Amino acid sequence: MSAEPLHVHYDVDGGNFTSAGEASVKVKRLLRQLGCSPETIRRVSIAMYEGEINMVIHANGGDADIYVDDKTIRIVLKDTGPGIKDVEQAMQEGYSTAPDNIRALGFGAGMGLPNMKRYSDTFGIDSVVGQGTTIELGFENR
Amino acid sequence: MTVFEIRDALGLVPLHEAEDRPVTGGYAGDLLSWVMGRAQSGDCWITIMSNRNVPAVCSLTDAAMVIFAEDVTPDDAALEAAADNDLNFYRSPLSVFELCAKVASLLS
Repeated sequence: MSAEPLHVHYDVDGGNFTSAGEASVKVKRLLRQLGCSPETIRRVSIAMYEGEINMVIHANGGDADIYVDDKTIRIVLKDTGPGIKDVEQAMQEGYSTAPDNIRALGFGAGMGLPNMKRYSDTFGIDSVVGQGTTIELGFENR
Repeated sequence: MTVFEIRDALGLVPLHEAEDRPVTGGYAGDLLSWVMGRAQSGDCWITIMSNRNVPAVCSLTDAAMVIFAEDVTPDDAALEAAADNDLNFYRSPLSVFELCAKVASLLS
């Protein structure tokens, strides 16, 4: 792998549940090709999927950028959705504002953000009501 | 215990079958984020959720197999995704509770 981090960009399509998860599957394949360990691939792809689903449910899509080098994997998820009023509350397991039609699909359990934090080594969230949310996830490439 | 051994022991109906692999544990649940937070690689996942997000979650968590309880049948999109991602999907008339008891007994 080169010293320059590999950068891949994905547009996450809002409101499209049939394609939600495509970027995560692509990231999973990419990390497998790069020779990452199965546990790293699992952690990164689950966190990425949760982020993707959140952007589809709450923000009408957004941008996902993945940076990979020898030691770390960094994911930046940026949307221009409604933002999160109370981030501390949103980080609690079980807290959800997802509508019923989303819950019927098996989502909206209030575990999205907690899972992203659980599976990443570093977790940062910056959300402004009315402007959007940016989440940055860091993973050791072990 | 492997996927195919569990299939044969419980008389599971294959919906899509990929390679046999060891099963190291089990998890039951229908809330997908809950499953992603708790299920382990190599698990037998038992659920009644049947939409196309199930194959995605199975693939991402690296579950060894999915058993759809109560004869729930996934929709066509879910089965296509199971084929695309080489997943082991099965169906059983048993309830989630009964399947959990039987799988746990096979794994112990």
